[in-house]
Amino acid sequence: MRGLRTARVTALVASAAVALVLSGCGGAKVGDTGAASSAAPAASGSGGGGGAECGTFNIAINNWVGYEANAAVVGYVAERDLKCKVVKKDLKEEVAWQGFESGEVDVVLENWGHPDLVKKYIDEKQVAVDAGLTGNKGVIGWYVPPWMAAKYPDITDWKNLNKYADLFKTTESGGKGQVLDGDRAFVTNDEALVKNLNLNYKVVYSGSETALITAFRQAEKQKKPLLGYFYEPQWFLSEVKLVKVNLPPYTDGCDADPAKVACDYPPYELNKIASKKFMDSGSPAAKLVKNFTWTNDDQNLVAKYITVDKLSAADAGKKWVEENPDKVKAWLAG
Amino acid sequence: MSTATTPTARDGGDGAAGSGTPEPVEVGVVVRGRRRLTTAAQVAVVLVVWIVAWAALRGTHTLPLAPSDLTSLHHSLNDARDWVDDNRNSSPIFLYVFNEIRVVLNALSQMFMNLVAVPPEGAQFPRLGWLGVVALFTFVATWLGNLRVGLLTLVGLVFLGLQGLWVPSMETLAVTAAAVLVALAIGIPLGVLAGFNNRFDRLITPLLDFMQTMPPFVYLAPLALFFGIGLASAVITTLVFAAPPVIRLTAHGIRSVNKATVEASQSLGATPGQTLRGVLLPMSRRTIVLGINQTIMAALAMVTIAALIDGPGLGKNVIKALSTVDVGTAFNAGLALVVLAIVLDRTTTAMALRSEGGSHTQRHRSPLARRVEQWRRPLLGVGAAITLVAVWLSRTYVAYAEFPFTAGGTWDLGRHVRRGADSVTTWVQDTFPVLSEGLMTWVTRGIIDPLQALLETSPWWLTSIAILALAWILGRWRATVPAVICLGLMVWTGLWQDSMITLASTLVATLLVMLLGVGVGVWMGRSDRADAVIRPVLDAAQVLPPFVYMVPVVALFAPGRFSAIVAAVVYAAPVAIKICADGIRTVSATTVEAAVAAGSTTSQVVRKVQLPMATPAVTLATNQGLIFVLSMVVMGGLVGGGALGNDVVGGFTQRELFGKGLAAGLAIVLLGIMLDRVTQAASRRVGRPGR
Amino acid sequence: MTDQQQRETESVISVRDLWKVFGPGADKVPRSPELAALSRRELIDATGCTAAVRDVTFDVAPGEVFVVMGLSGSGKSTLLRCLTRLIEPTSGTMMFGGQDILAVDARRLRELRRTKFSMVFQHFGLLPHRKVVENVAYGLEIRGASKAERTRRAMEVIELVGLSGYESSYPDQLSGGMQQRVGLARALAVDPEVLFFDEPFSALDPLIRRDMQNEVIRLHKEVGKTMVFITHDLSEALKLGDRIMIMRDGAQIQVGTGDELVGAPADDYVRDFVQDVNRSHVLTLRWIMRPPRPGDPMDGPVLGQDVLVHEAVRAVLAARKPARIMDSADNLIGMVGDEEIFGVITSTETVAAASSRPVTVAR
Repeated sequence: MRGLRTARVTALVASAAVALVLSGCGGAKVGDTGAASSAAPAASGSGGGGGAECGTFNIAINNWVGYEANAAVVGYVAERDLKCKVVKKDLKEEVAWQGFESGEVDVVLENWGHPDLVKKYIDEKQVAVDAGLTGNKGVIGWYVPPWMAAKYPDITDWKNLNKYADLFKTTESGGKGQVLDGDRAFVTNDEALVKNLNLNYKVVYSGSETALITAFRQAEKQKKPLLGYFYEPQWFLSEVKLVKVNLPPYTDGCDADPAKVACDYPPYELNKIASKKFMDSGSPAAKLVKNFTWTNDDQNLVAKYITVDKLSAADAGKKWVEENPDKVKAWLAG
Repeated sequence: MSTATTPTARDGGDGAAGSGTPEPVEVGVVVRGRRRLTTAAQVAVVLVVWIVAWAALRGTHTLPLAPSDLTSLHHSLNDARDWVDDNRNSSPIFLYVFNEIRVVLNALSQMFMNLVAVPPEGAQFPRLGWLGVVALFTFVATWLGNLRVGLLTLVGLVFLGLQGLWVPSMETLAVTAAAVLVALAIGIPLGVLAGFNNRFDRLITPLLDFMQTMPPFVYLAPLALFFGIGLASAVITTLVFAAPPVIRLTAHGIRSVNKATVEASQSLGATPGQTLRGVLLPMSRRTIVLGINQTIMAALAMVTIAALIDGPGLGKNVIKALSTVDVGTAFNAGLALVVLAIVLDRTTTAMALRSEGGSHTQRHRSPLARRVEQWRRPLLGVGAAITLVAVWLSRTYVAYAEFPFTAGGTWDLGRHVRRGADSVTTWVQDTFPVLSEGLMTWVTRGIIDPLQALLETSPWWLTSIAILALAWILGRWRATVPAVICLGLMVWTGLWQDSMITLASTLVATLLVMLLGVGVGVWMGRSDRADAVIRPVLDAAQVLPPFVYMVPVVALFAPGRFSAIVAAVVYAAPVAIKICADGIRTVSATTVEAAVAAGSTTSQVVRKVQLPMATPAVTLATNQGLIFVLSMVVMGGLVGGGALGNDVVGGFTQRELFGKGLAAGLAIVLLGIMLDRVTQAASRRVGRPGR
Repeated sequence: MTDQQQRETESVISVRDLWKVFGPGADKVPRSPELAALSRRELIDATGCTAAVRDVTFDVAPGEVFVVMGLSGSGKSTLLRCLTRLIEPTSGTMMFGGQDILAVDARRLRELRRTKFSMVFQHFGLLPHRKVVENVAYGLEIRGASKAERTRRAMEVIELVGLSGYESSYPDQLSGGMQQRVGLARALAVDPEVLFFDEPFSALDPLIRRDMQNEVIRLHKEVGKTMVFITHDLSEALKLGDRIMIMRDGAQIQVGTGDELVGAPADDYVRDFVQDVNRSHVLTLRWIMRPPRPGDPMDGPVLGQDVLVHEAVRAVLAARKPARIMDSADNLIGMVGDEEIFGVITSTETVAAASSRPVTVAR
């Protein structure tokens, strides 16, 4: 019996060894005969010569669909036209910025402000640079589901919010109306706004974008009142056209002191951030990043391909690029 | 812990007499009943005093801290992080230690990745194609386990392919393999040491508690700072969470080896090394394999978390699907994780049984089983040959290298899974909101709010005194000393009030978990059929990433504390139910028989015999339930749970909140350790069973 | 010098003033006369220490079966573990074949354990994952014996203990008695000078236990090893022991042969202990004879003083005359009549005359 057990161990070792030996000799017979396979990852692209120029192009992917649309398009163009080896890394914003310093990330393709990170990595450490605007206009504000805007037309004026505060009461808002915020990563002045506009509301954190979207989706479906923080461009708006509540209009400098903010959010010009080393490297991808710019509609279209048509990000990007050769040509020119 | 082993080691010879007879049990129940009543009365007194004092003092000394305010501790933690950030390119620790670790781990995990998941540099396919992987795993499972788990492996792996998730599944497998391998390489020796050496055991236990309860969100970003973005960080993240089980269980296994056998070996003049190799390791093999099993499960649970720092595999599919609120896709990926987990779990369990039984149990088996055992070797030989051929094929033909999956084809099972999950969630979300909102409002206003008000708005010192008094009543010094330390440190984190809010939710969630645990546990413990049906569901619920059920929970209960509690209950209840069911099951059949013979009704049997005798299991279930609920605090933060969960998420997403997030993570650990020590001490004192 | 050397060659094991104290500052207890004088209970109250073995002194002669007997908690198992240093004694000396065991280093100690003494355990302590033959060979294996050699030796011993045919079984396939035979075989396999038995048969049922006791007696006759045997069963002690040491609360109460214990208990504790023993099976005529009186008939049967009482009953009663007890030189040393015989059989009378006899008679 002991013999049997020994035999078992021996055979286990042997089978592991076989696996390793086989893996070690790396015969590429599949590669020789199976050229027909289309699914081979693009990374190993057959035209190796072109790849040398661009090399590896590391795109950080932040976890929202609009961002992924940008990355899908830029990535596809870099791969197809510049023969780059595109590596996409799924990262939270802050970790992505950390990557500029270590060279693990070349570019962040849609940046929403983040003054703290700008200060640290662009101003202080000087490892990242602003690579220009994406052309997308970010809008942040308070929104209600469309059925409410229809039923209570005057709700879109902030002055009437206190009138409706009772509607927005929840178990979480402690007897006041609820303003549902998202993830703590979002740029938000909401607590100051509630205080400074004397609103009978309380800011409640839903904790994540997913929870926020789900809450709005249910609110529209079940005709439940909901007031919450939201933003454009966002794919969800093509599913449910949330209506923005007009806070006191933004004027230059009205948000200078975060504690005293009493005006709407400024319009955000979303930009690209890139590693300084990468921008200085002369890689053709750096030029592509600098030139890349498109509109909210463009991004929303790609986002729709992903969310509604259920294309993979890569396929969605490919589709848009093939449909818009002129815009792409402009990115590659100059 | 060390003192507890002495009495158990001794009772082997003498007390065989009275355990089966009903009288001692009856006595035990009565005695314990009386003692519990007085304990309960004491607890009630403390609570009443607390509430009265609260009514007079509420709102004072509550140590509040606004969401964006920071204490000096939080600032100094931020500074520490910045120091690391500034020095990671120059400090020798980084250049020669962390970077080396990183290189090794990257190479190791890259090797596994190239073997099964991603093509090596310049190649077109991974070294083993899908057919090779399926054949090899099936063969190994049959070899080390048995034919049944072999078949399960075969079906499971092919199912992953048909879900359209072959590559991410293999990535998950590769990273898990790397992390588990390192966990074992470190964990088993440490476990052996802890098994031998009480002092080391005491030293390492809080550290392990820390590793298991510290929310990964807290160390995710710093790890990426230390070890870079990529495989190494993913492996280490997984390692932190997954190594403790194998360390604990190895130590436990070593400790519980029959003392006489160890003495026998020593008395024959064996060196410690010989005793370890010849006696301790072989005799604790089953427990160690169980530890390996737990480590694998824990590693799989980290897959979704690691995806936040680019950890490869199914976690990415889950996270991506959530950004588009695509429940079907998230569920499909979650299901793949469940399938992987079940295959690995059953295989390692079968290995444990085989290693324990060896081949000598065959004498007790049926002739048929013996014949199968006889044919095992030749069959395995044939299997090995087939495996070799399959491996060769998978390296030669594209069709066997790349899983032949066509999206939307007849065999696209993923499509059916997605659609099914989507329509179920839609139906649930559309049908139940009225009901679910009623429930949510009722529980929130009726239970959570009052409890939270008491904890949140009592002066901190009043709450502390009350908690310490309860700890004293329930567990004397053993509970009170850790509670003092933990409460003190909680004040120090600057997050006292958030901690109390989280504590309130935690207690409510644990209460619900225990209601489910005892209710369903009794049912499962008494009915084999219920057990057979429910257990797989529980297994799945335990492994399914909580991210997957986040959307329906929020849809039903709106973002808020109740949603957080529901998510925690879904996650923690399976463990509690299983432990309770096993506890009920192990109640001696003779005792139950005696009770029935005495004319007890079913409910009397349950209440007067089975539950009291399963007290150790129920207390263990409460303890584990608490810990599991606490480990969901951060997840709860993602669905509106607020308080510490929110602080941790904030620390992960906003640079200047890092220190606060870390402090919040610490506060969660402290809550966990405090609740664990108090419940353990309480079970030791109050729940000591009349075995 | 010569005196000591002689004693060392005479006894295999020689224990002097052995203490084992558990607890904080344990080593202070034996050194302090006040503390050493306290009872076990008082010592716990005073210092928190438990004295498991208190000031024990004895010698074991070559080939002797020395039994240590006591109730649970009397310290007998701790004593045995001290002898092999599985537990380190707190103070005292232990000589083994002229060597101070307490002075040897770990390496030498292992050497001793591998070659000189081996142990049989109450709960067997077998390795469940190894076959019988591998269990028996374990001691040889850790010594580094070749596989062929240890298998050969193991098979010999297996035959010796009557387990032939079971060598390929696993322990859990055997009955308790057979498992203990494996334990015995494992201990014998290394051919030790001394065998230590730690309540080896207390986990077995009575019939098996008797078998195993006979087995030990048989083995003792065949291999003639010195044995130290721990038990809580007096009849086992009387059956196996050449000499018996009775322990209570860690201290030795009395050391002597079986008939000495029964015939001359050192105190009430021992007396209590031996009360239910069938005295006629333990006592010899020496313990009950009375001095010859004038007028005693001198034609009764002649018996030796070492004849057991129950063996003499028939002869004495049949003769209707008191038996004459002669020593080896045929001198009349006493008489045993009906009265004395009945006194033992009905156990009404303690053997008053004997209680003054010295109890530490070395054989």
